[in-house]
Amino acid sequence: MNIQRRDTLKAGGGLGMLGLLVAAGLIRPELAEAAWNKGAFDAKSLDAAMAAMGAGKPAESADVQIAAPDIAENGAVVPVGVVSNLPKTEQISIMIEKNPNMLAATFDIPEGTIADVQTRVKMGQTSDIYAVVKADGKFYMSKKEVKVTLGGCGG
Amino acid sequence: MANPMRIRASAKDGVTEVRVLMSHVMETGQRKDASGALIPAHFITELTAKHNDKVVLSAQFGPSVSTNPYLAFKFKGGAKGDKVTVGWTDNKGESRADEVQIS
Repeated sequence: MNIQRRDTLKAGGGLGMLGLLVAAGLIRPELAEAAWNKGAFDAKSLDAAMAAMGAGKPAESADVQIAAPDIAENGAVVPVGVVSNLPKTEQISIMIEKNPNMLAATFDIPEGTIADVQTRVKMGQTSDIYAVVKADGKFYMSKKEVKVTLGGCGG
Repeated sequence: MANPMRIRASAKDGVTEVRVLMSHVMETGQRKDASGALIPAHFITELTAKHNDKVVLSAQFGPSVSTNPYLAFKFKGGAKGDKVTVGWTDNKGESRADEVQIS
């Protein structure tokens, strides 16, 4: 059996699939490359992350609600939900103040999508979780402390 | 190729709720293996969800998102049988897209 030939065929098939996906609009390489906000994700302090997002110093708002446990037993999996009741919410970001990379996730909310997202994050230690919401061009935030009994970033 | 995502999409009262469970190691780049060498970072950076051809959510993830990331969101509209597609790309350039019908 000619093994090289099989590998070539496999590689060819893989490429063809990727091409198809791009053609179908499932993957948009130009968009995927450009959008990731490296500065914000690499930021080591809350102020730096906010600055990289263009948020400056957001005002605290009661219309931004964080759903997270008061005490998380396992820091590797902490459920966090953010709801924004502000009109024209465009973006929701979740930050964990004491993580090495504090920005966990940014969600862009197009019109028609409800400003209500849930995900799970890792937490190295007890920390404040910040939700930063961009609504109608302005930034708002809210925070909640989550106590972690077992860190999620241990080796 | 990474394992398939588990996606559930259900429409109720004009609102579609989508829940996604991705299969990914989400390595932070902070952990060390048994010999003390750093395990290189490997995590999802971008995610896009579409209802038919309309983007209903796009997200950027950092390494702080949990292993096998979970995501839930809601959008207005959507009817039984409509397509919901979720696709991600990670920092090593790997990607995956999966599709379900709204139930």
